[in-house]
Amino acid sequence: MKTTVVLLTVFTLGLVASAQRIVVGSKKFTESYVLGEIAKTTLQNAGFPVDLRQGMGGTIILWEALQRRDITLYPEYTGTIDEEILKTKQALSSDEMAALLRERGVGMTKELGFNNTYALVMRRDRAAKLALHTISDLRNHPALIVGLTHEFLDRKDGWVPLSARYGLQMRNVLGIDHALGYAALANGSIDVKDAYSTDARIAENDLIVLDDDLHFFPQYQAIFLYRLEMDPGAVAALGKLAGTLDEKRMTRLNAEAERTKNYALAASAYFGVERPPSMDLIGSIGRWTVRHLELVGASLFLGIIVGIPLGIRASRPGPVSNFILVTTGMIQTIPSLALLALLVPLPFFGISPVTAVFALFLYSLLPIVRNTATGLQDIPTAVRESAAALGLEPRAQLWKVFLPLASRTILAGVKTSAIIDVGTATLAALIGVGGLGEPIISGLNLNDYKTILQGAIPAALLALLVQFFFDGLDRVFVPKGLRLKQ
Amino acid sequence: MIKLSSVSKKFATTVALHETDLCISGGKTTILIGPSGCGKSTILRLIVGLLEPTTGTIEIDGDRVSPANILPLRRRIGYVIQEGGLFAHLTARQNVLLMAKHLHQSAARMETRLRELCELTHFPENALLRYPVELSGGQRQRVSLMRALMLEPSVLLLDEPLGALDPMVRIRLQDELKEIFKRLQQTIVMVTHDMAEAAFFADCIVLLNEGRIVQSGTLDDLRIRPAAEFVRQFLRAQRSVEGL
Repeated sequence: MKTTVVLLTVFTLGLVASAQRIVVGSKKFTESYVLGEIAKTTLQNAGFPVDLRQGMGGTIILWEALQRRDITLYPEYTGTIDEEILKTKQALSSDEMAALLRERGVGMTKELGFNNTYALVMRRDRAAKLALHTISDLRNHPALIVGLTHEFLDRKDGWVPLSARYGLQMRNVLGIDHALGYAALANGSIDVKDAYSTDARIAENDLIVLDDDLHFFPQYQAIFLYRLEMDPGAVAALGKLAGTLDEKRMTRLNAEAERTKNYALAASAYFGVERPPSMDLIGSIGRWTVRHLELVGASLFLGIIVGIPLGIRASRPGPVSNFILVTTGMIQTIPSLALLALLVPLPFFGISPVTAVFALFLYSLLPIVRNTATGLQDIPTAVRESAAALGLEPRAQLWKVFLPLASRTILAGVKTSAIIDVGTATLAALIGVGGLGEPIISGLNLNDYKTILQGAIPAALLALLVQFFFDGLDRVFVPKGLRLKQ
Repeated sequence: MIKLSSVSKKFATTVALHETDLCISGGKTTILIGPSGCGKSTILRLIVGLLEPTTGTIEIDGDRVSPANILPLRRRIGYVIQEGGLFAHLTARQNVLLMAKHLHQSAARMETRLRELCELTHFPENALLRYPVELSGGQRQRVSLMRALMLEPSVLLLDEPLGALDPMVRIRLQDELKEIFKRLQQTIVMVTHDMAEAAFFADCIVLLNEGRIVQSGTLDDLRIRPAAEFVRQFLRAQRSVEGL
């Protein structure tokens, strides 16, 4: 238990140290990534140390992180502030909005210059065939398949009020990832999807934007939200970005990001730097792998020091044992994404490695607890009674006889946990903690298999490596007498 | 001397042992015999404290068996079971020395005792580094016996120690075991269901049936003055006794 505290303290200290730097967050879509990179370079050029946490999640996660000072700033849109953050009934002027945000300790830059509103898009050929031009036209085609991002489905300025305003009664509405949605649109699996009006894909895939003839969508002017306590010099540097990005320019940067699969490179185009991309792939994979191993190592360590004692307790019959086994089993059934989402708003967790490690630790428990319990329960009665009859104290029976005899089963549980952790740790990237999930999430976002594989292949190799490593550990931890064939 | 006074053992629905008084004399070999489920192993397990009696008390050399003093008492008792109960992760040597090491005996003392025991049980010293899976059934029982005798107990309890061995090995080990018992001059209680084995070892035979002592005494007592029809039946059921 003491070790757990020490370990968690180390993580917390790490967070405190990083809190003195400016931490830029971004949402999980191309434009936000690019704006994150632009903010990073701007502040670095102004002489501030900057950490960038890309693709942390949706609006709520970023806003929470900002409130909790996990991040210092992130790019946001005025429409989103109205609808999702301040939840005002009517549209605010930018002064009113800034005043309300100031009450919450948050500042807002001037508008960057482009309006990235939501839009509904269709393939040009399909729209032409059905003679669709406006959102109102959809009323006559309720059978079209609409594929929407989960965020748009749930937003207060999203699908439900939109359908109500336009009187749409679409029969087929699916939730689908933004990048995958474009692929689905291209191959005809869906007919209509939501998009951001500056999406590079609109031009690339020859899509048309359905005209918002009832003016449903509010203005989505891009701005940066920042903590008011941020250095005035940094605020000034950020302020200089105002009015420098019109829709055309932003669309081009987005297209550049999607073409090169490199957000930093796209951002450098904004600064007019013609620096060739120093795509240090090996270095990146190395960094991701090290971070991945840190996450797996820390969570597995916690899993072992908590799981084995729990397993020992659970090996004895009784209601406490059932409780332990049922609870650890239930944890395993929580989808990992949901677990992260549940942990992030809790005090002490937030957007941090602690959250990722804790989630992975919870997932590592079941195999360790269950195998420890089973390993101990499987010791024959004759052996149990012999140990007792010798006059060994219960504690000595456990340490000198039962645990060594169960070691092989216990180690198998640890091995299973380690492999599960290697796989699950890719999700840490969702909350900006890094690891091999980073290229996977970026790749999913860009719908780019090469980038996905940059994370997926090392993760698979890592799982194999872990397997070999534990096979080696068998020789160290499983007594020779148990490894001999009868 | 081991004394059971009004000892009984009930499990949830069954009575393993009805109220029983039994006095096991010191320095003698007593055999508990009877059909399966007669309560003979239950008595051994009660003596060594693996079971707690439902009623009654047990004394070993005047000390009452209770949870408070069970650890020192167990260290004065050697206990050997049918399958040996050896610890698979330890070598023969480690199995034998486990308790002595746990009690921090000196290395010299342990080595001397180990050699004595190898000699006593005819266990080859060069096999001491083998693990249980590498030993034959007979050798495993020798190791089990050495482990039981390591702390020089005053009482030796054996629960069908030869039951799992093939007949040839069994006969040889019976001879050796009798020799060992003679040298030890200890209080020995052995459980068997084989009347020939009982006759071979016993100073005193205790015949049990359905959780009760039917008769106790020498073989001749049982043969010549059977206390019940069951005694006659049990003796008749054991063919080989006729030849003794």
